Amino acid sequence: MRITRRGFAKGAAAVAGAGLLTGMGRAAYGQARPKVVVIGGGAGGATAARYLAKDSQGGIDVTLIEPTKAYYTCFFSNLYLGGFRSLESIGHTYDKLASDFGVNVVHDWAIGIDRDAKTVALAGGGSVPYDKLVVAPGIDLIYDSVPGYSLEASSLMPHAWKAGTQTALLKNKIAAMREGGTFAMVAPPNPYRCPPGPYERISMVAHLLKQSNPTAKIVVIDPKEAFSKQALFMEGWEKHYPGMVEWLPASIHGGIESVDPQTGEIVTGLDTIKADVANIIPAQKAGRIAEAAGLTNESGYCAIEPATMQSKADANIHVIGDACIAGDMPKSGFSANSQAKVAAMAIRADLTGSSKFPPRFSNTCWSLIATDDGVKVGARYEAGEEKIASVDSFISQTGEDAALRKTTYEESVGWYEGITADMFG
Amino acid sequence: MSGVRSGVLSGILGIALAIAWAGSLPSAQARDELADRGSKLFRQCQSCHQVGPKARHAVGPYLNNIFGRRAGTLEGFRYSDAMEQAGQDGLVWDEAALAAFIADPPGTVKGTRMKFRGLKDEADRTALVAFIRQHSPGPSNIPETPPTAPVHASAGDPDLPEHILSIAGDPAYGEYLSSECVTCHQASGEDKGIPSITSWPARRFVTVLHAYRSKHRDNPVMRSVAASLTDEEIASLAVYFETLE
Ligand SMILES: Cc1cc2nc3c(=O)[nH]c(=O)nc-3n(C[C@H](O)[C@H](O)[C@H](O)COP(=O)(O)OP(=O)(O)OC[C@H]3O[C@@H](n4cnc5c(N)ncnc54)[C@H](O)[C@@H]3O)c2cc1C
Repeated sequence: MRITRRGFAKGAAAVAGAGLLTGMGRAAYGQARPKVVVIGGGAGGATAARYLAKDSQGGIDVTLIEPTKAYYTCFFSNLYLGGFRSLESIGHTYDKLASDFGVNVVHDWAIGIDRDAKTVALAGGGSVPYDKLVVAPGIDLIYDSVPGYSLEASSLMPHAWKAGTQTALLKNKIAAMREGGTFAMVAPPNPYRCPPGPYERISMVAHLLKQSNPTAKIVVIDPKEAFSKQALFMEGWEKHYPGMVEWLPASIHGGIESVDPQTGEIVTGLDTIKADVANIIPAQKAGRIAEAAGLTNESGYCAIEPATMQSKADANIHVIGDACIAGDMPKSGFSANSQAKVAAMAIRADLTGSSKFPPRFSNTCWSLIATDDGVKVGARYEAGEEKIASVDSFISQTGEDAALRKTTYEESVGWYEGITADMFG
Repeated sequence: MSGVRSGVLSGILGIALAIAWAGSLPSAQARDELADRGSKLFRQCQSCHQVGPKARHAVGPYLNNIFGRRAGTLEGFRYSDAMEQAGQDGLVWDEAALAAFIADPPGTVKGTRMKFRGLKDEADRTALVAFIRQHSPGPSNIPETPPTAPVHASAGDPDLPEHILSIAGDPAYGEYLSSECVTCHQASGEDKGIPSITSWPARRFVTVLHAYRSKHRDNPVMRSVAASLTDEEIASLAVYFETLE
């Protein structure tokens, strides 16, 4: 065997020979199985729980705390809006994590973390002890970052930035929109979950309206001046939905002043837009539980050690996914999945003495613009001293031929199958 | 679409986003200190240029999101013919271009209306550019590179020398590395849009990954993955996937 990679040689030196990745835990530590608790069963948490259980082969006692019995992926929820997917097809359960991998799945909310006692308190009462904790609650919305918007208002002006009932509500509203009506989106400020997400959504809404309500208009009121894959989306909108989509950056609309859920009005510095359907996506921060546990900093997100995803505030806690500050990595399901594997490896190494390899991080985000017109952007990253830094990246090009775009879309369908199998077994 | 707005749209259409953050990066703290210094230097620019959430065009154009933008293309600002021409000739504002321009505006874009004598000190220029950089989106929000040159399909995978094909991979290490592959490729061997890679003869697996690494195959995701793997790592993945049913 000739392995030259420096980090690997170092890692392998600790535990020589084959069987590097099997459950050394029981043999090495003998007594009780170490306990890992994972808060949140999304792209990050489900992957972490599965890898911890799978790779330790029973050597670690893994508990996953997740309130919902069915997880609806945000990824492909825009495709549901566009009519390319059913809602059922993006829903997943935790059955296999329990039956095939032995994860204890607890359907409840974590309401507090006692970092000294190393326990997680549950809404239903009781608490769960841990040796290591993975915190992956995703994002929470800062409703009042858009004046006039609130949790209550989200039933009238859905954000649909957490998938499931909100997404279905938005879809129903679009279906019920008057002929020639206006769909208006208030896009979120940076940093937010899924940089291309709002613009993929605009594409999907346009696709739907083009068939069902071709005189309808779409307006994007954006607090930003630029966005992910901008040239690709704008090219696509001009090509597939000419005259239908208006994108207004802050320098044009002069700022979002308020929204009125009752009248559907969105007041900007320039004028008032009356929306028949309003999709308000406010600013975001790490899921509440992370804040409650003192893991967030002034940015609202959790600082981590790049090589292990360990919280800067507590070495026994790893924060992954949208809730953490992942340097150059965008907040995506792909990123969360990638970070989960790095965290799982670091935790296993700490608890069971299994070997630790150099962390590997990557991301690819696909977006669908119209039927068979898919684009992608992605990068690889390395854990630096200060942050996870991008080392190599790529993006689809404008003017690509239809065959390549179709292949790209098909690739995204394959990715969806792959990542959901990787999360839920 | 109304006039102003469609103008904005088509203006932006032409923009190539060129935010490349590859290679070695200064530490976050060092960058913050730099930008801090740059913000003081920016005072001499403020009589003409604005940045930040309320920035508007003044004597000069506002400088938000300048990174990756083609010179002379902001809607609503009247540029000199020279600046517009420079943009048409391919001047895109990245770190190097901005630093060069700040060093000597009239020398870099002959005929610019920007009457600034230039910042002679290189460290000052780096600091000023770092400050202005903060007013463009960071790579985590726009994780993009400019479009690369068009790729052409290959006429088949090149033959690999025997010493590469015969490297003995370590299946256990391959299993670790495979956790990255199965975000897209299914470990069950099912294929839908993304090809199955289980049960391939190891030599074929090695040949294909090397073809991506040497850019004989197109897919940018796979090129990027392959570029990050050593010959031994490729061999390890190959033996691991060969054993998966
Ligand atoms: C419209 C849209 C499209 C997207 N498209 C893509 C895409 O194409 N590709 C891509 O890679 N990403 C995409 N994303 C982004 C992706 O969905 C997120 O980045 C990803 O889900 C983040 O994973 P996470 O594990 O951090 O959070 P989530 O997946 O949100 O998981 C968090 C989980 O934690 C649970 N939870 C929260 N608080 C608690 C608590 N106190 N106790 C217990 N459980 C709790 C929640 O119920 C939830 O299940 C998209 C997002 C949106 C909104």
